[in-house]
Amino acid sequence: MSRLLEATGIVKRYGHVTALHGADFSADAGEVVALIGDNGAGKSTLVKVLSGVVAPDEGTIQIKGNPVTLGSPLGARAFGIETVFQDLSLAPDLGPAENAFVGRELVKPGLLGWFGVLDSSKMRRQAADAFMSMGTNLMTLLDEPVATMSGGQRQSVAICRSIMWASEVLFLDEPTAALGVVQTRNVLDLVRRVAARGVAVVLISHNMQQVLEVADRVEVLRLGRRVAQFRAAGTNIEQLVGAMTGALDGSAA
Amino acid sequence: MTASGVVTEKPISRDLASTIRGRLQQFLAFGGLIVIFVFFSLASPDFLTFSNVTSMLFSTVVIGTLAIGTTFVIITAGIDLSIGTGMSLCAVMAGVFIVHWHIPLPIGVPLAILFGGVIGLINGFNVAILKIPPFIATLAMMLAAQGLALVISHSAPIYFDTVPAYAAISTGNLIPGVKFPNAVIVLAAVAIIAAIILNKTVLGRYTYSIGSNAEATALSGINVRKWQIIIYAFAGLFIGLASVLISARLGSAQPALGQGYELQAIAAVVIGGTSLFGGKGSILGTVIGALIISLLNNGLQIMSVPQEWQNVVLGAVILAAVYTDNIRRRKAAM
Repeated sequence: MSRLLEATGIVKRYGHVTALHGADFSADAGEVVALIGDNGAGKSTLVKVLSGVVAPDEGTIQIKGNPVTLGSPLGARAFGIETVFQDLSLAPDLGPAENAFVGRELVKPGLLGWFGVLDSSKMRRQAADAFMSMGTNLMTLLDEPVATMSGGQRQSVAICRSIMWASEVLFLDEPTAALGVVQTRNVLDLVRRVAARGVAVVLISHNMQQVLEVADRVEVLRLGRRVAQFRAAGTNIEQLVGAMTGALDGSAA
Repeated sequence: MTASGVVTEKPISRDLASTIRGRLQQFLAFGGLIVIFVFFSLASPDFLTFSNVTSMLFSTVVIGTLAIGTTFVIITAGIDLSIGTGMSLCAVMAGVFIVHWHIPLPIGVPLAILFGGVIGLINGFNVAILKIPPFIATLAMMLAAQGLALVISHSAPIYFDTVPAYAAISTGNLIPGVKFPNAVIVLAAVAIIAAIILNKTVLGRYTYSIGSNAEATALSGINVRKWQIIIYAFAGLFIGLASVLISARLGSAQPALGQGYELQAIAAVVIGGTSLFGGKGSILGTVIGALIISLLNNGLQIMSVPQEWQNVVLGAVILAAVYTDNIRRRKAAM
């Protein structure tokens, strides 16, 4: 496996509050990395830094060994990095296919495209194919505004959208928090399948059992720093919790 | 298998219900239009005559053109209060270009329309870059445009007598033999083009997306500020076009001709089912809304209802329209 994403010494301050204290993070192609930590450990901030939403105050981000500045979500996308945020970031009045293509609309060929005329049927088809291949039932809901869907369906839209475009790294911030048992299983299966395509999947989750089940590796954040790394195989929940709370590594805050 | 059984059965009822729910406001507005039309037809023998219907369509043109542009702005969850006085200013500028500077019509008319685009551009800049709330930014523009219209025209109308061809833009008959004024044809064409842009192009898609969830749109990599400016500027073109249509019809550019039009146009948009909270709306609804307003104006006038009472009726209609919109919203939230 090759090192895809490597972040070192990331510092992020919000006024007097330091959210990240020189955090490190790495992900390899084709692996599922779980990023865990207690509330306030800096997981969401780290994800925002690594997906281009907020700029770090210090630290370096390397992609395939090259130092990069992401700059914006668009910049991160250019490197094949996609993120499903906790609030999903969907446009509720648009349908699932429309949401899947927001910011990446396909236009008709030739002059019509120059005028910005959308190729709606092509986008619909591609989105429906993607929804189908990911084992969702969204194909039957293509004309529904996302606002009328259930939480699980919305989650599916957001995840499918990101998977459609993620070529290198996929961040999933609490992707199963709003889901039922069956849908959770679907999402976890999906996570493995995406990783099998060679994408590095970073899973932020509070569910330790789920983490150990689906992840290859676990990175633990505590008070804005990486405090531990585990291979999921052979690690137990007590070890994870211990690292999260600081009981295990003995690093008193 | 049981799960898939549920899935195949559900969409049918959902589709129907959501289609009706999604278009409820349009259905209601259209129904209202028919009811009002039938009422006036029965109430007054002077209503359903060719000349009256034509003149009614004529008055729909200005409200409709302004309202179509404003629909884009309101779908982004914005508002534009400067369309009325902006129209006055554009009309005065049309007079300056065409009458004072003798610029030929094929250049002078597009210049007047572009001037509306500039007004919109400034609104968009103030909203998107200076982060001034749309209500305030366009309120300021409303005052500034009125002032400038009076200053530039020296508070006197500019007459287009020297350019008889100008009047033909609105009052001429493009289709020979049919006494259908050009302005009505222009409105129809503009409505169709605007509907295509709103539903079939990137500009329209971003209009909905920004109004629906501006933050998510930005996270999707869309330059929301840039598109806000583009949308306000685009809507401004409709101010310019409306100014040409109204001043051509009047044969003059009166520096206060647009006063009050902003509220009529916004009312038309709202009656047509466009949500002031953004994300929802249609050109068809707006055209229906504009028809309702000019129908009411015209019908009440024919029935000799005093102007003051006409405004009261209009106010009641707006309340009723927004109230049904609220009910729809509550139902959709269930």
